[in-house]
Amino acid sequence: MAAQKWSFKITPLRIILMLLAALAAVIAVYRLATGLSTVSNLNDNWPWGLWIGLDVLTGVALAGGGYSASLIIHILHVEKFKPLSRSAALTSLIGYLLVVAALFLEIGRWYNFWVPFVSWGYHSTLFEVFMCISLYTLVQIMEFSEILTERVLTFLHKPIVKIMPVLLILGTLLPFGHQASLGGLYLLQVGRLHPLWWTPLLPWLFLMSSFFVGPAMITIESSLSGRAFNHHIDKQILRSFIRISGYVMIAYLAIKIIDLIRLGVFGYIFEGSLESNMFLLEMIIGVIIPIIICFSPLSATKKGLITFGVFTTAGVVLNRMNVVFTGMYKALGSGYFPAWTEWAVSAGLIAGGILLYLFIVENFNILEYDKKYQTA
Amino acid sequence: MSKAVLVDLTKCIGCKSCQTSCKQWNDLPAIKPQFDNTLSYPAETDGYTYTTVLHRTTEKNGQETLRFAKRQCLHCLEPACASACFAKAIQKTPEGPVVYNPDLCVGCRYCMLACPFSIPKYDWESVFPQIVKCQFCFDREGTHDRIGHGMEPACVNACPTGCLKFGERDELLKEAWKRINKYSKYIKHVYGEKEAGGTSWLYIADVPFETFDFRTNVPNIPLSTYSHDYLKWSPAVFIGGGALLSALHFYTKRRNEIAKEKDKNHDINA
Ligand code: SF4
Ligand code: SF4
Repeated sequence: MAAQKWSFKITPLRIILMLLAALAAVIAVYRLATGLSTVSNLNDNWPWGLWIGLDVLTGVALAGGGYSASLIIHILHVEKFKPLSRSAALTSLIGYLLVVAALFLEIGRWYNFWVPFVSWGYHSTLFEVFMCISLYTLVQIMEFSEILTERVLTFLHKPIVKIMPVLLILGTLLPFGHQASLGGLYLLQVGRLHPLWWTPLLPWLFLMSSFFVGPAMITIESSLSGRAFNHHIDKQILRSFIRISGYVMIAYLAIKIIDLIRLGVFGYIFEGSLESNMFLLEMIIGVIIPIIICFSPLSATKKGLITFGVFTTAGVVLNRMNVVFTGMYKALGSGYFPAWTEWAVSAGLIAGGILLYLFIVENFNILEYDKKYQTA
Repeated sequence: MSKAVLVDLTKCIGCKSCQTSCKQWNDLPAIKPQFDNTLSYPAETDGYTYTTVLHRTTEKNGQETLRFAKRQCLHCLEPACASACFAKAIQKTPEGPVVYNPDLCVGCRYCMLACPFSIPKYDWESVFPQIVKCQFCFDREGTHDRIGHGMEPACVNACPTGCLKFGERDELLKEAWKRINKYSKYIKHVYGEKEAGGTSWLYIADVPFETFDFRTNVPNIPLSTYSHDYLKWSPAVFIGGGALLSALHFYTKRRNEIAKEKDKNHDINA
């Protein structure tokens, strides 16, 4: 292969994304220099808002595609899913980089961000989240450098390939810790978080939903990149991939129902309140419909697969937002709505992530990992 | 021994001496009051105020009457805020106070969310805001220390009616129940005896605590129990999970290899 040039196509959509990312960057610098009150509507009643809810809690869940794929492909060695592995890993890595960026903007005393590394508040769920996310991001960067070193710093390629098994196992293990712990953060909200969401099992439910959303995200992603880069994954592979989600979803639904009954709060579901409606919406969109699609002939079609992906993802987003906002608002009051600057930062981060994805896909061997499709 | 304060709301006249002396002792900025329809200001503790006196009108024996309650950190025996802090910036001291150290604070605000009494506040306007909450006048080797010098907190010192009493927690708890049992006017509840596993500040009153929006659905066990019940699984998950994943990794790899071998043999034999 002759030395390729670095390429990055400029299209109108990409220009919009760049503008969004640039705006977010400006706001971010302004925020770091002037504090939180200048760009956010956070207040004493609502110390956590959009950035934690969307960028961190939801971001980490959606980036979960990396670890469910990694578990299935690299640990269980289900070879047929291999074509999915690199793009799943890339999306996940970018997702985590965005989460880390959002966290950095979120913390009020950012120059102290390193303190928990030395002053271990190990009794805190946040400590586990923090440690796992930091380590995992590092591990992902190292995993990913296997691909990068195919083109840059090539002398590092061999040693990295050598330690890959260790990285892969770590990279599958760590997310189990922090995906669950993100739910664990809300255990302390006992008596405040609405009983439709608060349960001692919350961490495990977070873990399961982050697991089943992985294949859903990969379905969406491969259909988008299929269109953009003319790279198609076999429908049959995707179908059996989301089947795995489907089984986890059935377990999730069953556990959720049994748990609600066990805690004696099942009746809240049909209360007709904002909370109960949002809960129903979340379960129907995010769990029940996807299960139906998954185990019916619908999932044999491209439309069905995409619908599955979109619904499942929307359901998980809704779930995380419900925990952070809907379920808390009775306890904390309605005194918070994100400022436009908060929205702009969130949007800009996502835009930046998409641009990074496009750049890497255009310049590194991601989508063509399945050698059969390789065109050289 | 663990220091505590007993607040007897039947003795409070709402004069705010405690609130004022707290501001003075702790060098907290004064703010021009803007009263709502009660005479309390601020309505809650805030980024400049460790303690505030709530004024409430309520019915008692068919008559309108005024009652007052001083609000501040309750200095829980097993504080949720400290258990939530991932940088150890908040710690329970053996002396009783739950103190905050800004040098370690990352500013994640999880403590604010964790506290069942919504006590920790943030000075949002600063570039690098700090958590703001009552320190029980404990500031080892610092300028704002009183407890360390064997003195009572500034608020207790300023209280003209004896509503606030400083002492050892178990003695004050006994005294609280003695008063409750002696005078029938008291509600039969020491707020802080059991709430969230017990707190160092104890309240007794002759009107329900809901009058002051004190949360009454706080569990009687330390809130951190819930996170510990979950976190205790972590080592097992990591070690067990690690072993399991490694085993699976090598097992399935080997299995695939064997399957391939077989295929080959098959081809040859065929
Ligand atoms: S009242 Fe709140 S801030 Fe004070 S010690 Fe208890 S949990 Fe911490
Ligand atoms: S805001 Fe500071 S004190 Fe509170 S939990 Fe975070 S690091 Fe700890």
